[in-house]
Amino acid sequence: MLTLSDVHTYYGKSHILNGVSLEVRAGEVVGLLGRNGVGKSTTLKTVMGLVRPSEGRVTFEGREIGGMASHRVAHLGIAWVPEDRRIFRLLTVMENLRTGLDRPGVTEARRAELLDKIYASFPVLAERRNQAGGTLSGGEQQMLAIARAMMLEPKIVLLDEPTEGLMPRMVSQIHEIIDVLHRDGVAILLVEQNVPLTLEASDRVYIMEKGVVRHHAPAADLRANHAVIHQYLGI
Amino acid sequence: MGIPVEQILIQTINGLVNGMILALVASGLTLIFGIMDVVNFAHGELVMLGAFVGATALGVTGNFWLALVASTLVIAAFGAILQVSTLRPLLGRDPLTTILATFGVSLVLQKYALWQWGPSARKLQEPISAQFSLFYLQYPWYRIATAVLSAAIIGALYLFLKYGKYGIGIRAAMQDRVMAQAMGIPVPLLHTAVFAIGAGMAAASGVLFGPLAGVTQTIGADFTLRAFIVVVVGGMGNLGGSILASIFISLLEAYASLIVSPAQAVIVSFVVLILTLLFRPTGLFVPTAR
Repeated sequence: MLTLSDVHTYYGKSHILNGVSLEVRAGEVVGLLGRNGVGKSTTLKTVMGLVRPSEGRVTFEGREIGGMASHRVAHLGIAWVPEDRRIFRLLTVMENLRTGLDRPGVTEARRAELLDKIYASFPVLAERRNQAGGTLSGGEQQMLAIARAMMLEPKIVLLDEPTEGLMPRMVSQIHEIIDVLHRDGVAILLVEQNVPLTLEASDRVYIMEKGVVRHHAPAADLRANHAVIHQYLGI
Repeated sequence: MGIPVEQILIQTINGLVNGMILALVASGLTLIFGIMDVVNFAHGELVMLGAFVGATALGVTGNFWLALVASTLVIAAFGAILQVSTLRPLLGRDPLTTILATFGVSLVLQKYALWQWGPSARKLQEPISAQFSLFYLQYPWYRIATAVLSAAIIGALYLFLKYGKYGIGIRAAMQDRVMAQAMGIPVPLLHTAVFAIGAGMAAASGVLFGPLAGVTQTIGADFTLRAFIVVVVGGMGNLGGSILASIFISLLEAYASLIVSPAQAVIVSFVVLILTLLFRPTGLFVPTAR
């Protein structure tokens, strides 16, 4: 469904992605592991149209999307949950959700359905629906960021370090949400530092190093054989 | 030194009326800054163009309110064209480039107005000539109507931003352009729409202000200056702040003119500007806690 082939990107003169190739199939959870600064977030941003690839192809459902304006990418069914969450701090929780909900073609009934579903998964957001996004705790903001992405009814979610800086209780809640999305048939490209979570939640895992994918294996294989993880991530 | 209470009340009304017209200009300016980070130095010229187009439309239709609507729509469309042709290509560049671009546009528009409509002032006939007694003077109802109408337009803008589908998108883009666009909000289109709304509001204030002063190609510069003071004092990009600052500064000027001549009273707003920049550079009417 989503394919990157030999994608190169630059920030100014620094070469960030050095020929990344990976694939996410419909409904699949794919983990993307690697140390800090190897280009995992840039890979997601490139898919989202926030960074233009200088070489290589990014295709989604057979369509070339490399360098496409990000609102068009979102309309195709790709949602982005950024690393720093990027909640609209001065907007209420409800207004944050409406940024994804107020798009053409969403009927009243569908709106209500989507909101009910989100509020069932994240009861705390229902409680705080009229509170400014900036007043939520870190974990609540992460939930809001995921909930906001779900409002787009995406086919794939690009999830960038969702558990970063969260308490263990919150981490397991994020894991549950990933499983729920997976059951609903939403594909996920998961960038994480949390290796155990990634290996448990994912179907397949790519490991990146210095702007390229170095290793690729089913998550089950990596769970059984920890040497590969140790080799690339040093843990 | 005793100032009669009547004079203070009259100046309060004057200050509020001027403040509302200024708020109409400044809210467009601050909205444009808030969403695009563009300081529009041509904003006053949109006020001026609006007044001229209004005067022309009044000549054709003979109806002031029709002229007001026509001018607002024409200048809004003009604003959209201006944004697409001049500002969209500069998005994300050094702010200096947009300052230079809009300053250039303002010069072109001023000279265009001089060429098109000539140097002499045009009179825009007010639609309401009735007056009411206010202590020792006859106060024109038109001035009150101007303030009420300005308040209504600003109120409509506020409701649109607060509850409207695109209003929420605009506020989201004001806070985080990249994230808003990643949520599927067509941010480039919103930029054009916001510029058009700001331009239309500037034109409306030009038409409303026209009967109070007379229309020349230089009225814009004065509005630009005053609107900037207000936008800085109110907190850049903060709509509520710039509305409060418009009223605050206009009231101060009105009260100051009780003591000194109106020409000198303008100094008050510069003093407020300087004090704000010195002691609260983020703006007077910005809540400190987030």
